[in-house]
Amino acid sequence: MARISLKVNGTQHVHEVEPRMLLVHYLREVLSLTGTHVGCDTSQCGACTVLLDGKAVKACSVLAVQADGSEVKTVEGLAQDGRLHPLQEGFWEEHGLQCGFCTPGMLMAAYGLLQSNPHPDEHAIRAGLEGNLCRCTGYHNIVKAVQHATKTMAEGTSKTAAPARTVGAA
Amino acid sequence: MYPAPFEYHRAASAQDAVALLGKYGDEAKLLAGGQSLLPLMKLRFAQPRHLIDVRRIQGLSGIREEKGMLVVGAATPYATLAASALVQAKLPMLSEAAAQIGDPQVRNMGTLGGSLAHADPAGDLPAVALALAAEIAALGPRGARTVHADDFFVELMTTALAPDELLTEVRFPLPPAGSGGAYEKYPNPASRYALVGVAAQLTVAGGKVTAARVATTGLATKPLRALAVEAALQGKAADAASLAAAAEKATDGLKLRAAAQMPDAYRRSLAVTFTARALTRAAKRAGG
Ligand SMILES: Cc1cc2nc3c(=O)[nH]c(=O)nc-3n(C[C@H](O)[C@H](O)[C@H](O)COP(=O)(O)OP(=O)(O)OC[C@H]3O[C@@H](n4cnc5c(N)ncnc54)[C@H](O)[C@@H]3O)c2cc1C
Ligand code: FES
Ligand code: FES
Repeated sequence: MARISLKVNGTQHVHEVEPRMLLVHYLREVLSLTGTHVGCDTSQCGACTVLLDGKAVKACSVLAVQADGSEVKTVEGLAQDGRLHPLQEGFWEEHGLQCGFCTPGMLMAAYGLLQSNPHPDEHAIRAGLEGNLCRCTGYHNIVKAVQHATKTMAEGTSKTAAPARTVGAA
Repeated sequence: MYPAPFEYHRAASAQDAVALLGKYGDEAKLLAGGQSLLPLMKLRFAQPRHLIDVRRIQGLSGIREEKGMLVVGAATPYATLAASALVQAKLPMLSEAAAQIGDPQVRNMGTLGGSLAHADPAGDLPAVALALAAEIAALGPRGARTVHADDFFVELMTTALAPDELLTEVRFPLPPAGSGGAYEKYPNPASRYALVGVAAQLTVAGGKVTAARVATTGLATKPLRALAVEAALQGKAADAASLAAAAEKATDGLKLRAAAQMPDAYRRSLAVTFTARALTRAAKRAGG
């Protein structure tokens, strides 16, 4: 067993884990944060995407012990004070999901994209979501959802969401 | 899917990693970005008893210019290479190749050293290392040494690194004035790995090619210099006709690795097309 200490959505956690435990299983099974999904389990689909020290990674392809000393953000960490994040609002407004299985990963990949490029054009959004597969939507409304978010964040016109500057605070 | 059980060690320094490798011998594997090793371990294709994590070693990542070289630490992630203004300015081929690897999540974890050490026959950066005549630095129990990229890729997923050696950094010689390079890739639509990748580096003086290094990936069991293309370019005009003629030789003497997805003739034709594109952009950047 190995002792790990990491911050998840702002809360510090210390646990003894098997070194072979994947980060996604740590989040889901130890912390009960089941918003992060396991889709393919083979590094392909991005359903398990979380932010590790501010960067989008596939949590099925990272060990929990690799995250020792790190900060992790999951989909549960997006909404603030009961208000949806502008990205979540965008998915709502633009019908960016159908079954919703891919959605947490899409949200976190989009969040990671906006950290490095707050004003992506359509091409940059599609490229930024290249590591995420969706079996339902055909992607089009997911792209629109992210565009909706960048627009409301830039204009400060989001109905429910936290102000734009919370993106960037890990 | 869980990997088979192992013990995890986070190396504090390059020396520490080498000492741990020495201590655990055949039972140990280095872990960098994990984007090749962990999927293999989950499928139980690899079952190391000890994993030595080198990703966070201070001094093993970073990019600097030094004595006519661009020096990149082994644990530098692709995303950093792709976004680096220094790399974009000095060796745009390297940043554009890094930007095309896998997807953003893979680029946030995967590392230059891991890519070269893993030596996937469809990996992108091995071809770039060949075209840029990189010097690959290693540290082992017998000390530090440097291997030229030409001698580094031995066979399918086999490099000149000894099992007890750590790849520490890669030194890319900065090309002389009048040089330009480009990387062109046709990705497998599902995996994003290169079906064909071509890295081309040219130096042009007085409208003529004075130096050329061209390497392909995805075609054979390892990345290879396209020596026939290089020879065809040498001393010739850097114009469209000569570049196209040289590109025709992209797979001369090359034994294709079996690939179920598509016929060999198509892969050879792709190689010619992508070599022509890489040469054209390289010549343009060289100012030729
Ligand atoms: C979905 C997906 C898509 C991908 N697409 C591409 C692609 O398009 N192009 C491409 O080139 N690659 C692609 N890859 C592979 C990716 O580039 C890997 O990151 C790379 O092959 C290995 O680098 P790593 O840092 O992740 O190494 P790891 O997986 O940690 O290690 C790989 C091997 O290298 C060894 N190693 C690592 N670091 C060192 C070191 N410093 N010294 C000595 N040995 C070391 C390890 O022991 C191991 O044997 C893809 C991977 C995934 C999951
Ligand atoms: S579950 Fe991690 S990439 Fe599919
Ligand atoms: S909404 Fe069903 S997989 Fe994307």
